[in-house]
Amino acid sequence: MAHAHESNTKRIWIVFGILSIITIVEVLFGIYKPKSLFFNNFLGMNLLNWLFIILTIVKAYYITWAFMHMEGEKKWFRRSIVWTVVFLILYLCFILLVEGDYIYGTYKAGHLKWIF
Amino acid sequence: MGATVISDEHALDGGPGPLGATYGKMMMWFFILSDALTFSGFLAAYGFSRFKFIETWPIADEVFNHFPFLHGVNAPMYYVALMTFILIFSSVTMVLAVDAGHHMKKTKVAFYMFLTIIGGFIFLGSQAWEWKNFIKGEYGAVETKGGSILQFVQKQEDGTFKRVALADFAATIPQARTQHKKNNGVWFVGESSLPTYSVKEVVEGFKSDASILIRTEFLNAEKHKTVLSREESLKRLTETTHVVEGANLIRNEYGHKLFANFFFFITGFHGFHVFTGVLINVIIFFNVLLGTYEKRKSYEMVEKVGLYWHFVDLVWVFVFTFFYLV
Repeated sequence: MAHAHESNTKRIWIVFGILSIITIVEVLFGIYKPKSLFFNNFLGMNLLNWLFIILTIVKAYYITWAFMHMEGEKKWFRRSIVWTVVFLILYLCFILLVEGDYIYGTYKAGHLKWIF
Repeated sequence: MGATVISDEHALDGGPGPLGATYGKMMMWFFILSDALTFSGFLAAYGFSRFKFIETWPIADEVFNHFPFLHGVNAPMYYVALMTFILIFSSVTMVLAVDAGHHMKKTKVAFYMFLTIIGGFIFLGSQAWEWKNFIKGEYGAVETKGGSILQFVQKQEDGTFKRVALADFAATIPQARTQHKKNNGVWFVGESSLPTYSVKEVVEGFKSDASILIRTEFLNAEKHKTVLSREESLKRLTETTHVVEGANLIRNEYGHKLFANFFFFITGFHGFHVFTGVLINVIIFFNVLLGTYEKRKSYEMVEKVGLYWHFVDLVWVFVFTFFYLV
């Protein structure tokens, strides 16, 4: 391990600050739910939810890169973890969410009442 | 038995392994990778069910709106935000312990690990409190024969609706219904407890109080739950089969049955990870105190449990978003 023998306490606290601010912003958006975001959709989901997901990914980036020290690992070690997980999760979400939406349509248009 | 000379003969006992990482650290990363996929399986399944019942899914803000010592105050998400802070902060102390480990400062490592363990316990306690509120419920509801949940509201002066608890309007009708136990009938049918009110008491109480209306699970154009008129409410109430108070794995007063199931499984699985994380941290904490890593001249073990602990925090960030915010 050639890395991480200098103290990076300062960076840790900066990252803590960033994570806290993002959390506070998320909670504020969650409480006030601005109409312009909440009632406009993009790809079947409202903009507020997109904002939450983007902020969450930013938080995840800081936790893995700074706290879990991914930034100090070798490039291909990093990629073997991150690319694998990102690809598989995207695939899983794509397949399940599209299917969920399809079943929603089937229930709505079908003759059988489901929950009434 | 010819001696095979390999360049990294200490790779399996803590020496350098491939890609500049030791095997221990690398395997911790690959374990985290597989665990991350388990959690994404859970969360994607939640998304699947939510998209499937997009029009009737419960609104998390209305379910998780409790805060300690603020009884009856509507505090959406404050509590989970606090829990997020606790976990992020314990992540910070963990990373500070790892940092101190790089400088071989034993006391500092021990101190920061101790803070991390305390943070873990506080988080677990908070989650227990959250579960308690969720299981106990606040208002109660009824279930129809079609499996949908009907909640009760009252119109306020400003035109908005206020939730009404069953206790506020249910009539008292003396009756002799006893708890159905497994020894009275077929062995696999029973009930753990009787609800506080019978269906009849709720229906009669509803009929005698004209101000109460029924709120269905359906979201209207403003993304609020639809409130029925008094006539429609009375009509819907004739389909009632169960009184639902709080939540269990079969039915819950918040709405769709899967909502409580996912809540228990996702936060429960995460809580289990926090619990094992605390356990491992305690073990490593004692090892630090005993000077094990001082003798080993490397605090890498602290780094490895640190990775696991940060992963637990990472998962919570996603659970927070997908269960409470979205």
